[in-house]
Amino acid sequence: MEVVNNVAEKRRKKSTAPPNEIITMTNVCKAYSTGAPALKDVNLHINRGEFVFIVGDSGSGKSTLIKLLLRELTITSGFINVMGYDLAKIKHRKIPKFRRNLGVVFQDFRLLKDRNVYDNVAFAQRIIQKSNKEIKKNVPSILAIVGLAGKYKAKPRQLSGGEQQRVALARALVNKPTVLLADEPTGNLDPKNSWEIMKLLEQINEGGTTVIVVTHNREIVNAMQKRVVTLKKGVIVSDEEKGGYIDED
Amino acid sequence: MRISSFFYTLRQGVRNLFRNKWFTLASIATISACLFLFGLFYAIVVNFQHIVRSAEEGVSVTVFFDEGIEDTRIQDIGESIRKRPEVANIIFISAEEAWDSFKKEYLGEYADGFTENPLADSANYEIYLNDVSMQSALVTYLEAMDGVRLVNRSELAATTLTGVNALIAYVSVGIIAILFAVSVFLISNTVTIGISVRKEEINIMKYIGATDFFVRSPFVIEGMMIGAIGASIPLGVIYTLYNIVLEYVLVRFPMLADLLSFLTVDEIFHVLIPVSLGIGVGIGFLGSIVTVRKHLRV
Ligand SMILES: Nc1ncnc2c1ncn2[C@@H]1O[C@H](COP(=O)(O)OP(=O)(O)O)[C@@H](O)[C@H]1O
Ligand SMILES: [Mg+2]
Repeated sequence: MEVVNNVAEKRRKKSTAPPNEIITMTNVCKAYSTGAPALKDVNLHINRGEFVFIVGDSGSGKSTLIKLLLRELTITSGFINVMGYDLAKIKHRKIPKFRRNLGVVFQDFRLLKDRNVYDNVAFAQRIIQKSNKEIKKNVPSILAIVGLAGKYKAKPRQLSGGEQQRVALARALVNKPTVLLADEPTGNLDPKNSWEIMKLLEQINEGGTTVIVVTHNREIVNAMQKRVVTLKKGVIVSDEEKGGYIDED
Repeated sequence: MRISSFFYTLRQGVRNLFRNKWFTLASIATISACLFLFGLFYAIVVNFQHIVRSAEEGVSVTVFFDEGIEDTRIQDIGESIRKRPEVANIIFISAEEAWDSFKKEYLGEYADGFTENPLADSANYEIYLNDVSMQSALVTYLEAMDGVRLVNRSELAATTLTGVNALIAYVSVGIIAILFAVSVFLISNTVTIGISVRKEEINIMKYIGATDFFVRSPFVIEGMMIGAIGASIPLGVIYTLYNIVLEYVLVRFPMLADLLSFLTVDEIFHVLIPVSLGIGVGIGFLGSIVTVRKHLRV
C-alpha cells in the first residue's frame, strides 16, 4: 500500500493539476486524417467522484472525447492527463495498467456472445489475472449489485437489451475502476431500462467512482440534475453544474 | 504469470480450437497435407541417397603395377594412396588372389588345365572412394605415380552417380521450398480469418487492460497445437504406409531387395519425427504470433 501511494503521490506532484482533479484536458485538439477536426481547443477538468453528462448532436465529438480518455486515440495537440497518466506520452506497454483503473461501457454492449453472463464478467478478472478464489467471490457480488444474480448461466442472446447492458456494466465494475466511462449506454434501450441503467450509474457514483456518461436522453439529463458538458461541432459550448439538456436551434 | 492464469490461457487456447472448428480443421488439414508431402518426399529422398551411397561404395579404381616391381615399392604406393582424403578404403589383391577369384568366377572346373598363373602381373590395389566425384582427380594422381602401369576406373558409374546425387539435392531443396511457402501462406490466411472472427474479443480484452502477452498467448497456444496435431497425423500415416510399401516391394520384387538397400522405418523416423513436429509447431507459432501482432493495436 505504501509503495502504491508513493507512486500515485509522485505522479500527482509531476502534474500541475490540483490533487483532487482526476481528468485534465487543456487546449486539446483532435483531428482525424480526414475531415474537419473532431475536437477543438477543449478544456475540461473533472474531479474525483464527480458525475458528468456529455451531451451534443450526433457528430459533435462525444465519442472522440471518450476515446481520448481511454487512450484508444491520441490527441493532436494540447495536454491530457487521466488519473495521473500523461496520455500523450504514455508508453504502449503501460497502457494496460492505465486501463485497469478504467471501466467502459458502450451502446452496443460488446459482450462475448459464446459465453454466459458469469464468464463474461469473470473474463474481466481473468484478464487482470485475479486468482480463482477472488473471481468466485467478486463476480457473484457484482452480479447481485446489477440485479442479475439469477441469470448468471444465460447466454447474451437470451437476455433483453437492458439485461445485456447490466452485464456489460458488471464487467466494467468488477475490477473496481476509479473512473467509469459510458458512451451512450442507453442508446439501444427503452425508457424504463434506460432509467434503471442511469440509476445504477448514479449508485456506482455514490460509491465513489467518477462517472462520465455520454447520452442523447434529454429527459434523464434534465431530471438527474448533474453536471452537463455540451459539445457542438467539436467545441465545448457549455459546462454547467446541475445543468440541463440544451436544445439546438 | 499465476498458475491459474496459465491454465486459463491454456484452456482458452484449447477452446479456440473448438470454437472455430472449421478454421481449425482447415489449418490442421493444410499443415497435415504439407507435412505429408514433406515426409513422403523425405522418405523417398533419403532412400535414394542411401541407395546411391551404397552403389557409390561399390565403385572402385584399380591400380596395376609395372612388371617386376619391388614389394616395398608396392607398399609405398599403398601408403601414399591411403593418405588421400577421398579414399575410403584400399585393398591389396595379390596375383594369386586375382587368379583364384578369376578361376572361381569364370572357369570353374576347367581351371585345372593351367599349371602357371597366367595373371602373374595382375597384383593390384582396389581403391574405394568416399566421394565419387573425386574419382578423376585421384586417377590423374595415380597415373603420375612411379611404378604404376595402369589405372582402371568405372567412369560411367562415377559421373552418373554424381549427377543423380546433385539432381536429387536440387529437386528436394526446390520442392521443400515450395511446400514451405505454400504452407506458410495458407496458415497465415487461416490464422487471419480466425483472428478476425475474434477481433471483437481482442478489442474488449484491450479495453479491460489485458497485456499484449496475455492477449497473444491463447492464440499462440492454439497455433502451436494446430501445428502439433497437423504434424502428428501425417507422421502416423507415413509410418503405416512406409511399412506396407516396403513389405510389398520386398515380397513382389525380391531381386530389388538384393540390388537396392532400403532404410528401415525407424531409421527414417529418427529424423522425420523431430523435423516434422518442429516444422508444424514452428509454423503454428510463427503464423499465429505474426497475425496476432498485426491485430493488437487498439
Ligand atoms: N475514425 C474516424 N475517421 C475520420 N473521422 C472520424 C472518425 N471518427 C469520427 N470521425 C468524425 O469526427 C466527428 C466526431 O465524431 P464522433 O466523436 O463519433 O461524434 P459523436 O460521438 O458525438 O456522434 C464526426 O464528424 C465524425 O465524422
Ligand atoms: Mg458517438
